[in-house]
Amino acid sequence: MKKPSGLKMALIHMGLSLMCMVTLYPVLWVVKMALSPSDSMSLTANPFPDAVTFDHFRDVLLGSDAQGRWVFGRQVMASFIVSGATTVVGLTLAVTAAYALSRFKFPGKEGGMQALLVTQMFPATLMLVPIYGILQKLRLLDSLTGLVLVYATTALPFCIWMLKGYFDTLPRELEEAAVMDGASPFQVFIKVVLPLARPALAVTALFSFMTAWNEFVLAATLINDPTRFTLPVALQRYVGEYKVEWGKFAACALIVSAPVMALFFALQKHLVGGLTAGGVKG
Amino acid sequence: MSRWLALVLLALAGSAHAAEAQPAPLKLWHAYRGGEEAALLQATTLFTEKTGVQVDMLALPYDVYASKLTNAIPHGAGPDVFIFNHERLRNFQGQNLLAPTTGTLVRDDYFANTVQALEVDGQVYGYPMSLKSLALYVNTKLVPRPPTTTAELLALLPTVSKPEEGRFGLAYESGDFYFHAPFLFGFDGPLFDATGRASFDTPGMARSLAFVKKLQDERMMPQEVSGALVKTLFNDGRVAMTISGPWFAGEIAPSVQYRVVALPTVSETGTPMKPFLGVEAAFVSSRTEQAARAHELARFLSLGEASRVRTTVGRQIPADVAAYQFQEVKDDTLISSFREAARDATPMPNTLEMARVWEPMKLTLRAVLQGGTRPEDAGALADRRYRALHRERPPEANPMPWLTLAGVMVLGGGTAWVLRRPAQSQTFRQRYPDVSRAVTYVAPAAAGLLVLVFIPFAVGLALSLFHHDAGQYTFVGLANFVDILASRGYSITEPLSFYFTLAVTLLWALVNVVLHVSIGLGLALILKDPLLKMRGVYRVLLIIPWAVPNYITALMWKGMFHRQFGAINGLLVALDLEPVSWFTRFSTAFAANVATNTWLGFPFMMVVALGALQSIPQELYEAAEVDGASKWTQFRRITLPLLKPAMLPAVILGSVWTFNMFNIIYLVSGGEPGGATDILVSEAFRWAFQRNEQYGFAAAYSVLIFVVLMGWSVFTRRLMKPEEAS
Repeated sequence: MKKPSGLKMALIHMGLSLMCMVTLYPVLWVVKMALSPSDSMSLTANPFPDAVTFDHFRDVLLGSDAQGRWVFGRQVMASFIVSGATTVVGLTLAVTAAYALSRFKFPGKEGGMQALLVTQMFPATLMLVPIYGILQKLRLLDSLTGLVLVYATTALPFCIWMLKGYFDTLPRELEEAAVMDGASPFQVFIKVVLPLARPALAVTALFSFMTAWNEFVLAATLINDPTRFTLPVALQRYVGEYKVEWGKFAACALIVSAPVMALFFALQKHLVGGLTAGGVKG
Repeated sequence: MSRWLALVLLALAGSAHAAEAQPAPLKLWHAYRGGEEAALLQATTLFTEKTGVQVDMLALPYDVYASKLTNAIPHGAGPDVFIFNHERLRNFQGQNLLAPTTGTLVRDDYFANTVQALEVDGQVYGYPMSLKSLALYVNTKLVPRPPTTTAELLALLPTVSKPEEGRFGLAYESGDFYFHAPFLFGFDGPLFDATGRASFDTPGMARSLAFVKKLQDERMMPQEVSGALVKTLFNDGRVAMTISGPWFAGEIAPSVQYRVVALPTVSETGTPMKPFLGVEAAFVSSRTEQAARAHELARFLSLGEASRVRTTVGRQIPADVAAYQFQEVKDDTLISSFREAARDATPMPNTLEMARVWEPMKLTLRAVLQGGTRPEDAGALADRRYRALHRERPPEANPMPWLTLAGVMVLGGGTAWVLRRPAQSQTFRQRYPDVSRAVTYVAPAAAGLLVLVFIPFAVGLALSLFHHDAGQYTFVGLANFVDILASRGYSITEPLSFYFTLAVTLLWALVNVVLHVSIGLGLALILKDPLLKMRGVYRVLLIIPWAVPNYITALMWKGMFHRQFGAINGLLVALDLEPVSWFTRFSTAFAANVATNTWLGFPFMMVVALGALQSIPQELYEAAEVDGASKWTQFRRITLPLLKPAMLPAVILGSVWTFNMFNIIYLVSGGEPGGATDILVSEAFRWAFQRNEQYGFAAAYSVLIFVVLMGWSVFTRRLMKPEEAS
């Protein structure tokens, strides 16, 4: 491959930096609100804080609730448990279903794919009432299991679609070769297909995780115990009926966003580094 | 007092048989924060000390509080006692969430108008705890003598306003009817006519709007004022006076010296500006299993020691008459000023009619203050919107013909399918050799989807055939659809008609998807180049919009589009361009939404494209290079076709999501101007949650959304087909 000219590289870097600035600007505002001592917005276009204080972060991280309990740690744990379990459950269900949809012929396959898409078409706001009723029948109200199941199934249509699309691009020759070598169908799936699908798995895992990590309406509605609320519920608590505690809201928002960013950073290695993945080179 | 004793005895008697066992704790739900929460906790501790009954408190985010209550209580999963304002009383009562307190509440304990606020059909619900109403906050350094009449106010304002320096005499949330109501009542405008129906087209309305418009036009008051802006301006000493409620006192910086006084009297009419009176009450759930104790707790919280704590710690304005005898309450000027200010307040009607007023009034206020509507014409505008939103219940339909029809269709369709199926030369096993494996792979996902996705979905579909009114569902057949499709009350080219909203939605989805995919793919193509330095850094930075929850960043964008203080207008001014009033015209409001959503949406497409690009073998490009193909040819012949299978599902899903992207529309433009930028899903949301919970109508909207998207999916299936064949 030819090495691009220096000028072209410089232009690309300039363009990308500009894009990053546009991307970061609104986020810098969140940072500014979180770090500013006053709880109000600043009326300039300058996204950098005039004075810096970590009070809001301290209040969010170490603050105790009205009963004097330190619930933040419990809520972080609840968030990780719920999001982690959602990722595992969602991905397990999605990978198997997507593989079957990609590789096997069975009646109702076409219809099933369409039905998945259809579920994304109905506004979620109206589903809350029936979901509540169903979870009550299953005795899964006020339990993290119920929450995980709801999140995992909500994320499923997307995950299945993504993975099925990706499996379709994988050449069948590798699987056929593995079968020739005496591998069982299940071994083929685990040892050959999944490693090849790593980039798509990374994207879908990230998506499942985020579905659970950022959601608050269901979490706040289904759970009745402040120690098991997920972080977005805690975040939403800063938005009151009459006023919003912007400083703490922003600080909490940054804390909530941090793990997702970290996760992306970690999964990125799979996206970038897996040069052999997904190709016919293997 | 005797009744109080009786109540205690009743409670004791009720618990006598369980005396040896520790009584189950009472569940108390609320949405308080800060001082109010601390006060409530102290009050419940007092209750526990006095009665030995434990109280479990659950603090909830206000946004989901009402919906959580309406879901939980009917399923027996709700609280015993909960604290809420009286605005939703009729709604809660209609859904049978509340236990009446008529027998146990002693009227004379509370201010008469607070008890009136809690009355529905001759019964009282809940125990009034505190008052919320508006008063005038005055920065005493800037305004030593607060105005008592509007004439004084008008004389005073020009002396303290310096708009070119960003200083104003008065700032309050002028676009919100709650804040405009005192002006309306002060100008003798009735909100309801003799029959109890809302009336907007009155001289009082026109005069009150003209008054406020004048304040803004003469730049004594800023534009597009939000609560956060009021607070900032007041704390900076850049605004001399503001209209707000007791909650605002805690927001004022210690350096600002202020006083709270009653709102001025309107000089033209001699009538004081009467704010709405809101009452917060402790309600007892209709499903509580410990009714006597729950009543005892709710009553305890509203009176006596609890009142004192709520006043001194929580800074509430108690509804309890006796509380004003406490010395510390007497000495508290804020509390007593608010009590004075609330004397003229009108209890906000807890009727459904009241709930119908907000949206038309908001439309009108925005149209007058930000658009070009004349105050005299504004009443008619509100009236028209009101009539369009005020749906009478359609006539009840008989479900039998529908069920029969559905049955016949299922049977007929099934028979037709079986009969018309071409005869298969192969057996089922031969055609689907690995069906049993497929079933094991698919079954877990299918089971989960069936229970938690498809069943709720079917319930949602069925709901569209019903009319919902305060807990009552009536089967109305297709009446909801007829209303929507006939575009009742609006011609089809106006906002709020289904067809207009549909056109906006389609445009919205198209513009967004094109921008998401082109920006995302463009960046992915640049970033996949392994020779690019710092690409890891770029990737992480560019993904950030996706990582931060969108309800946070949407709020930031909303602030950036502010007319006077937004960063984007700041940039325009810096470039010597005219600042834009973003939310007063359709085109700019739509552009603001699109900018926000593009910012949010491109990282997703970028990540998908990055993943997809990696599945394209590098050798193909090398071979093409050898053959002398240009970069463009390589892109068209290699990249695009090979991207398609992985990208297309994402694009289709992306289009569906954008179609239903509710948060951005709701948080950024809020449908302004006048609902023009609302898309179908935000319209459905408004019918479900802001217009008296017309779930059936909202579901009908959702079904129509669904039908449109089905059409789209049939189309995309064609796009996918060639791929399946190859």
